[in-house]
Amino acid sequence: MRNLFLFLWKYNFFILFLLLEMLCGYLIVRNNNFQRASFINSTNEAAVKVNSVVSAATEYINHGITNDALSRENAGLKTLMPNVYYVDSAIRRSINDTTLKQQYTFMTAKVINNSINRRNNYLTLDRGSLQGVKPEMGVVCPNGIVGIVKDVSDHYCTVMSFLHKSSLVSSRIKRTQFIGSLKWEGIDASHALLDDIENHVKVAKGDTIITTSFSSVYPEGVLVGIVDNVSPGKGSTFQNISVRLSTEFGSLSYVYIVDNLFKDEQKALEKPIEEEQKTLEGSKR
Amino acid sequence: MILKIARQFFRFLILIAIQVTLLNHIQFSGYINPYIYILFILMLPVETPKWLLLPLAFVTGLTIDMFGSSGGMHAAASVVVAFARPGVLRLIAPRDGYESETKLTPHVMGFRWFITYISILVLLHHVTYFYIEVFRFSEFFVTLWKAILNSAITVALIVIGQYLFGRSSKRNERIIG
Repeated sequence: MRNLFLFLWKYNFFILFLLLEMLCGYLIVRNNNFQRASFINSTNEAAVKVNSVVSAATEYINHGITNDALSRENAGLKTLMPNVYYVDSAIRRSINDTTLKQQYTFMTAKVINNSINRRNNYLTLDRGSLQGVKPEMGVVCPNGIVGIVKDVSDHYCTVMSFLHKSSLVSSRIKRTQFIGSLKWEGIDASHALLDDIENHVKVAKGDTIITTSFSSVYPEGVLVGIVDNVSPGKGSTFQNISVRLSTEFGSLSYVYIVDNLFKDEQKALEKPIEEEQKTLEGSKR
Repeated sequence: MILKIARQFFRFLILIAIQVTLLNHIQFSGYINPYIYILFILMLPVETPKWLLLPLAFVTGLTIDMFGSSGGMHAAASVVVAFARPGVLRLIAPRDGYESETKLTPHVMGFRWFITYISILVLLHHVTYFYIEVFRFSEFFVTLWKAILNSAITVALIVIGQYLFGRSSKRNERIIG
């Protein structure tokens, strides 16, 4: 026992180093795990305060651009107002309520902190559990997708940006309806890679890419981007499709948090299938 | 003693503030993100006990992690730097060793010594951090390039900062004396 203590004392520096690195490793793994909440995140008060000041400064500088974007969006929304349409039948109003059931609600939120220059980027928004934000809700902006809510505090939430190594968005080529998965390659914040589109599918430069409702995070049909470059995959059956993202991650200031009211239902229904596939894969090995 | 600790704490606050409010928000080409907060660990006095370096580095890294939602990545990289610091100091020690209460600034230690010391540890920090961040071998060379490029920028920023804000103690002595 004495020798053990002598040993520990002799190498105290190295042992302390190992202990701290193990603690860091634990924190990192815990942070990467999407389902579990992490301790070290930017929803704490000090971080939020400092980040708000910085965001207020950048927001002031970007006022003009934001105003433009908001007024453009307003114009778009105004064309959707009921009074724009000519009512051609009297019955329409009465059946409206029974045929349409609201599936998504949108909540505006202000971006307090945002980054695009790291491999794994996060945003902080000024909405939290008191406003009804829950983890795994989708976040979109007027031009496209933004990310998925990760941690939630009373008044704030952090969002795993699409610009993250583990983000994968199920998306569809609007013209041909083929489905692939979109991921970010790490350097260029304005481009992403559309994977899982087979070589025989004809994809043209300029095709629009939209979301699917498979993941139950984003509503179906949200604009994601436009095909920029297509090349046949080397040694694989999938094409390399480079997509120009429609979201400008560098200048986000107001976003919408999407709540899918049917999400639990969809998840509960799909759960047995996922479990079955897992057991099948297990039995193969 | 209290004054010394206060000075270190002040440096800690300034560096964290610069890192969090300015450098974390550079949005230029997706490549550039220098981390100068590590200077706090590099500039701690020579006589700082070894065991104290590690927790100080851990806390520094964790503070940066808190602002950027990066888990414990900065903490991990900072602790590596703190672990390597005594070895590096020994490796590049001047011929007659360090006098106690030596300040590790270019004004005291000389420009060449300072830039060697800073470069080794900043490169170590950036390489560690960027590899932890990516955690994938498929992006090996991109990550290496990123680490080297950003180390160069960090070192440049630190040197510029030293000459702009670092007080030349010799000159002060002359004025006082």
